[in-house]
Amino acid sequence: MTQDSGMLKHTLRRLLGLLPTLLMLITVTFFMMRMAPGGPFDSEKLLPAEIEANLNAKYHLDEPLLRQYFRYMGQIAVLDFGPSFQYKDWSVNELIAQSYPVSLTVGGLAMLLAFVLGTTLGIAAALRQNTRVDYSLMGIAMLGISVPNFVIAPILILLLAVYAGWLPAGGWDWGIASMVLPVVTLALPVTAYIARLTRGSMIEVLHSNFIRTARAKGLPESVVIRRHALKPAILPVISFMGPATAGLISGSVVIERIFSLPGLGSYFVTGALNRDYTLVMGVVIFYGVLIILLNFLVDLIYAWLNPKIRYDEKY
Amino acid sequence: MALLELKDLNVAFEIPDGEVHAVTKLSFSIDAGDALAIVGESGSGKTQTMMAVMNLLAENGSASGKALFKGEDLMQMNAADLNKRRGKEIAMIFQDPMTSLNPYLRIEQQMIEVVMHHQGLTRAEARAHAIEMLRAVRIPDPERRIRQYPHEYSGGMRQRVMVAMGLLCEPDLLIADEPTTALDVTVQAQISQLMTELRAKSNTAIILITHDLGVVAGLCDRVLVMYAGEAVECGTVEQIFYQPKHPYTKGLLKSVPRLDQPDDSGLEAIPGNPPNLLLLPEGCRFRERCPSAHDACRDTPPMQLDGQGHAWRCFLGPTDE
Ligand SMILES: Nc1ncnc2c1ncn2[C@@H]1O[C@H](COP(=O)(O)OP(=O)(O)O)[C@@H](O)[C@H]1O
Ligand code: SF4
Ligand SMILES: [Mg+2]
Repeated sequence: MTQDSGMLKHTLRRLLGLLPTLLMLITVTFFMMRMAPGGPFDSEKLLPAEIEANLNAKYHLDEPLLRQYFRYMGQIAVLDFGPSFQYKDWSVNELIAQSYPVSLTVGGLAMLLAFVLGTTLGIAAALRQNTRVDYSLMGIAMLGISVPNFVIAPILILLLAVYAGWLPAGGWDWGIASMVLPVVTLALPVTAYIARLTRGSMIEVLHSNFIRTARAKGLPESVVIRRHALKPAILPVISFMGPATAGLISGSVVIERIFSLPGLGSYFVTGALNRDYTLVMGVVIFYGVLIILLNFLVDLIYAWLNPKIRYDEKY
Repeated sequence: MALLELKDLNVAFEIPDGEVHAVTKLSFSIDAGDALAIVGESGSGKTQTMMAVMNLLAENGSASGKALFKGEDLMQMNAADLNKRRGKEIAMIFQDPMTSLNPYLRIEQQMIEVVMHHQGLTRAEARAHAIEMLRAVRIPDPERRIRQYPHEYSGGMRQRVMVAMGLLCEPDLLIADEPTTALDVTVQAQISQLMTELRAKSNTAIILITHDLGVVAGLCDRVLVMYAGEAVECGTVEQIFYQPKHPYTKGLLKSVPRLDQPDDSGLEAIPGNPPNLLLLPEGCRFRERCPSAHDACRDTPPMQLDGQGHAWRCFLGPTDE
């Protein structure tokens, strides 16, 4: 069997294996939402009993829970997430379609920034191990990891938007200026984590025997690092990118609120507060699929970069 | 002029407990085309001596003294000048074949980069040369094998690749650090055989580090015996094997299994342990374990020379038992 067809088989098998995970996620979210006290129409105080009953009937909320569950599963099987309870004139599909580009742009840019900047800084620190550059970079990284988004955001807003006036304090117009603060704030903790991760793995790799062999060959140090050390040093970062996605998504819910971005995160928060079952379910499923797909992609890239895995999976 | 001459080489490692004196005032030389064996128990400083010569010491290590290669001191050389020699004029094969190749690169890449870098060959020329070299070390089907990754090779095969890689630029000096220790006995014999053949073909000088005295006799002209970071005896293979002068060398020879003795009855390892390299004793470093130790040995013994290239560090004279 050739290596490539082995890879393809492996890929398909992995993809099928992801379906139960998704099913589980949907089921757990569905029942958790219903278990939370209150219902979608509670805020509209003093609704006459018969009107509330009518509403419940209209949305099948009067049916037994299990039946609702199967009805819902049948619905999303054809990718229909139903009407929003809160935004009455909108379907959940429409709300997601209109807001996800903002979230994906912020999240994607943050991830890119975190990866590029994090690995670069990590390598720079590793190559200057135990110098002042290394210590300051890692000190800043430690700060970046331990100070949460919702603390960094107001500080940046205060400095760069309010005092300096260089950037808008919030809002979204698809212009670069409106992207800078949210993207940077979201990327910071991940960048810091990646920098530390890269530094550690680069230092470890530089101590390995095969690097000594490369040096004994008389290759210049820059070639030793680029050709021999870079790939193994980056591998742990690649596998971190999967879990990092989940972190970025939860971070983006906060960031979108702080910077008033019209993204998925804002809908998720208002949806959850108002028991807008269908909206919350829609956003959760969207995020869930995204996380699963990205983890899957990360696995593929990892396997592609690592000849041992490629080989082991090819039977 | 000697090909490589070490003068008073010291190697020390900084550790939290103090300074590990791995090599102390080591001097020896090897001529072009010669084969020198360095023997001694594990921890006697054999590997670190060569790491110092190659400027590959760990970060906590430092070296002083001279390592004159063709008259130029490798220890004083800048990185660029050193890199013109490493891999091209001096090649080194490491102790552990399993971890010494890059697991993320094909054998092809790891071999051709040496010749492309040092001899400016094109990729195709380098590849052809590498395949030829793999064939010389008897890797079967080298055209296909060269496309593979290290984990698709066995330990013995990897060490052959290391040998082939070391010889790509026809170096003047090949340093082989226990090239067969990690391998099983039949593969050991094959690799030693291979090095003997390659030596006969080219004019490459070899420094063979080993604690297998059996291999030494077949491959080498001269032997340097190290103990606790010092040279304790040096001479031709005949001098060392048949007229050993230093009690440590005699002990080592007694611990080698011999074909002319039917069982292991004559085999005796030297009792005791080498001294702590953090806290070296005054006087002879072998004193604690030496069957001939006497009062004079509390002083540092001189290197004695017999005028025929045989030297030993001991108070005992040439005829003492
Ligand atoms: N990086 C290091 N830090 C501290 N001690 C070291 C280091 N590398 C080697 N040593 C010590 O130096 C001594 C000589 O080691 P080595 O030359 O590898 O011995 P061998 O003769 O077995 O090749 C050993 O005691 C070893 O523990
Ligand atoms: S100097 Fe003394 S202790 Fe050392 S080897 Fe010679 S006889 Fe033994
Ligand atoms: Mg060794």
